[in-house]
Amino acid sequence: MAENALTQTQREIEIEVLRYRPEQESEPVLQSYKVPFTDDMSVLQGLQYIKDYLDGTLSFRWSCRMAICGSCGMMIGGVPKMSCKTFLREYYPGKIRVEALAHFPIERDLVTDVRDFIGKLESIQPYIVPKEPRTLEQGEYLQTPAQLEQFLQFSGCINCMLCYAACPQYGLDSKFTGPGILALLHRYNADSRDGAKESRMELVHSEEGVWGCTAVGYCSEVCPKGVDPANAVNQNKTASAMDFFLRFVTPKGGAK
Amino acid sequence: MKRSNAPIFWSMFGAGGMLSALAGPALVFITGIAVPLAILVPPDLMSYAHAHAFAQHWFGKACLFAFVSLFLWHGVHRIFHSLHDIGIHTGAVAKLFCYGGALAGTLIAGWALLSIGF
Amino acid sequence: MSARRTYMRPMDGWWRRDPFFVRYMAREATAVLVVLYALVLLVGVVRLGQGQAAYEGWLQALKSPASIALHLVLLAVFLYHTWSWFNIMPKTMPLILPNGKRLSPAVVTGTGLAAAAVVCLALVIAAMKVAS
Repeated sequence: MAENALTQTQREIEIEVLRYRPEQESEPVLQSYKVPFTDDMSVLQGLQYIKDYLDGTLSFRWSCRMAICGSCGMMIGGVPKMSCKTFLREYYPGKIRVEALAHFPIERDLVTDVRDFIGKLESIQPYIVPKEPRTLEQGEYLQTPAQLEQFLQFSGCINCMLCYAACPQYGLDSKFTGPGILALLHRYNADSRDGAKESRMELVHSEEGVWGCTAVGYCSEVCPKGVDPANAVNQNKTASAMDFFLRFVTPKGGAK
Repeated sequence: MKRSNAPIFWSMFGAGGMLSALAGPALVFITGIAVPLAILVPPDLMSYAHAHAFAQHWFGKACLFAFVSLFLWHGVHRIFHSLHDIGIHTGAVAKLFCYGGALAGTLIAGWALLSIGF
Repeated sequence: MSARRTYMRPMDGWWRRDPFFVRYMAREATAVLVVLYALVLLVGVVRLGQGQAAYEGWLQALKSPASIALHLVLLAVFLYHTWSWFNIMPKTMPLILPNGKRLSPAVVTGTGLAAAAVVCLALVIAAMKVAS
């Protein structure tokens, strides 16, 4: 092991990583590393130590290292977590198992193929569609604090996909749109400035929309930003059901 | 995107779930423990005379129908989705078996209650 | 050049991997016993329609040790259903009211559980008061 400031010290923790190199193995395999650590070190820093000093072939995503970019999501001890926000000291003296985020295809080591998520993200019109054309001269939209409150929480999503790793329905059938994206969809529907609710509800009303959810609720448990996607999805079940039964009698009328 | 017909079954699941959550424990206790063991309640609470009179009354009919039917619709909806959760391939057959079962129970209960008369 | 070959991990036994999922499956499993109790009641209603002898046969069956044991299990399961139902209920409601104020999930759950306690108590008291 290379000589550095940490090796002179204290404790070592065993980090067990699920490796996967398609060019050399047909299935993922566990590999253990002994990493010296201090109390302030995150799991991400542990992985960085491995890459810098023990095994340069280890692949993983990371960026901000402060729980805002959403890049470093992985399974730590079988739970979807951000590795920059999880601390090695919490697992000592046991060993930490680190695996790629669940329910996504593993590309390599801790890197997953997230194209399904990105594609779905693009499909929900994740932007404000004005109710009517608006000129610059009309100035900015005005919103009351109450109107802001309606969608603010759901706008906190950092696309970290921990909720997808938590959602067994997404794991069992990836046609399900999933918690995070349905929460983002709700964020736009709930925004008083937006006018595209009707077109977004088409997805909501389908089996791939809210009806693929069985209210497990684990998504909201693991969300690092308190978005509560379970609430966004399930309150839309009530809305979708009401629309289902009342659609022929509501003012806008007409069958869909 | 095709609109799902899930709201129909989900609404009945919800109604049955709410009714069973609010009243279920008491019903189980009364019918399955208190009356058979003759504790707390009068021993003839569920006598034929009482039960028949209750079932003849429109309110009694409504209660009995609601308990049987809504509990069934609640249960089969969850069972159907749980089959999917444990990896059993759920297609039209499973759906027919589950919801069809609830429908059968509903019809039998309705028929039995009507046959008791008013 | 690309040697890409993504690997999809199997979902077998997914719910055994975390206590959260085990509790979820337990909640879902209550449905089996709710259906069972509904069938017990259904048989009772059918027997009631078939006359006194048939109905009293059903009543007698409810007195058997097996039936008592079953109903003790049913009681426990129904209580868990009540508990888990009102615990998940806040998720199905908008928690942000139109005036911007928040509804606390704990208040929703607490209210539901209190309502269940009131309803169950009312039913038991009503049953106790039925004139012989």
